[in-house]
Amino acid sequence: MRPERSFLVISNAWPLSPSPVFISILLLLQCLFVSPGYAGEEYYEVRVAEPYLEMHTGPGRGYPVFHVVDRGELVKVIKRRTDWFMVRTQRGKQGWVKRADMELTLTPDGEPTQFAEAGFGDFTRRRWEAGFLAGDFEGANIMSVYTDYYLTQNLSIELSMSQVFGNYSDALTASVNLLAQPFPEWRLSPFFLLGTGAFYTDPNVTLVNEQDRTEQISNVGLGVRWYLTRRFIVRAEYQNHVIFQNKDDNQEINEWKAGFAFFF
Amino acid sequence: MESRVCIFLLRIVPLLVLQGLTSGCSLLRTEEPVIFSESEPVIKPGIERRTITEADIDSEDFEVGAFVGVMSIEDFGSNVVYGVRAAYHTTEDFFFEVGAGTTQAGKTSYETLSGGAQLLTGSQRDLNYYNISLGYNVLPGEGFITSRYAFNSALYVIAGAGDTEFADDSHFTFNVGMGYRFLMNDWVALHLDFKDHIFESDLLGTDKYTHNLEGTVGLTMFF
Repeated sequence: MRPERSFLVISNAWPLSPSPVFISILLLLQCLFVSPGYAGEEYYEVRVAEPYLEMHTGPGRGYPVFHVVDRGELVKVIKRRTDWFMVRTQRGKQGWVKRADMELTLTPDGEPTQFAEAGFGDFTRRRWEAGFLAGDFEGANIMSVYTDYYLTQNLSIELSMSQVFGNYSDALTASVNLLAQPFPEWRLSPFFLLGTGAFYTDPNVTLVNEQDRTEQISNVGLGVRWYLTRRFIVRAEYQNHVIFQNKDDNQEINEWKAGFAFFF
Repeated sequence: MESRVCIFLLRIVPLLVLQGLTSGCSLLRTEEPVIFSESEPVIKPGIERRTITEADIDSEDFEVGAFVGVMSIEDFGSNVVYGVRAAYHTTEDFFFEVGAGTTQAGKTSYETLSGGAQLLTGSQRDLNYYNISLGYNVLPGEGFITSRYAFNSALYVIAGAGDTEFADDSHFTFNVGMGYRFLMNDWVALHLDFKDHIFESDLLGTDKYTHNLEGTVGLTMFF
């Protein structure tokens, strides 16, 4: 017989012997965080259509199967974590079922259960994209976060913020860019970028006679977005910058970076 | 004459009534065929057909929480560190994590031994960092307390990059580490984390990569 699970929420499974201090700490924690899943909500129900439905002790492929639900029984779908669903049987057993098995069940009115999932189709129709990138900024390290809003399938407007870590100075940039992607339906989709922003330089304290300064920066670039799976994109790009400096000639900078992004 | 009119009326009225009834019936038939149809049930169950969409089920892929522990700043001693973290679990194996923490540097051995010398001012001793990391659940499993209770857990490795603000400078920082996630129930987790924050520093004259070790305990919630 397997040990009881999730005993913070199953009240009739309280131990009789373990330390009262341990129990009171757990009780206190339970009071502090009232479980949102037990507020008497209505859950979706699915009917087992295969000979049986396997329930695992945890949301992962290695967790053992501790219970099987027979064909024809209804189970409540409590929550989801990644590709695993927590279900509760009519007798109150709770466990995790993988998505592929859930898709073999039926809804109460006999339709096959289907879970809406972001796919490649959503990638081509996305409205928002957000991500982070890291790379090289003319020999210095750079980290960026950005958000894109798609005006059309081909055109998006981007707000990007970066931090540059140089040997002699650090910098922060904020840019607004316009991105054009001529082939939005391609899995590996190239784009072109044009924009401008502010470049704030903060010289390191070990240098003397250097002032903090803010200058205008222009961005021209090209890159690719590669649709990975579900809501994920890998993005890599090259940008050529011109910093319009207050004192000397303009400075030209090459930037290479890559990172991950999500879309909505 | 009157009797003819009567006979006419007697003939025409039932016809009209009959026609009215039949037309009424045909109307009835077109509007509600259910009543007379044998192929469909008399009482329709009031079930709305709908497919389960992602938004209908409570999806708990995000994890947020706070941590506290000890961080050792190379050459500057160890101090209490605390911070916040947020993670997004993309699959059962991988997660992205954003973290931020703060601690304070102590005195170097040189400062302590020399008596009065100060390498950094008070505010320069503040160390703040943030980072973005990718984690991999290398050993998911279960932990047992007595023979009655089982808890899900995972040993994970994590690595990423970020910024460390220390001594009035920003330092590009790599982090590598390992952690243990212990789920007290389905949505509250305890964490034990060990991380090395590696950044280049020239504070003591020459450029060198400093290793700043951090050990923390944390509490997070899935939502």
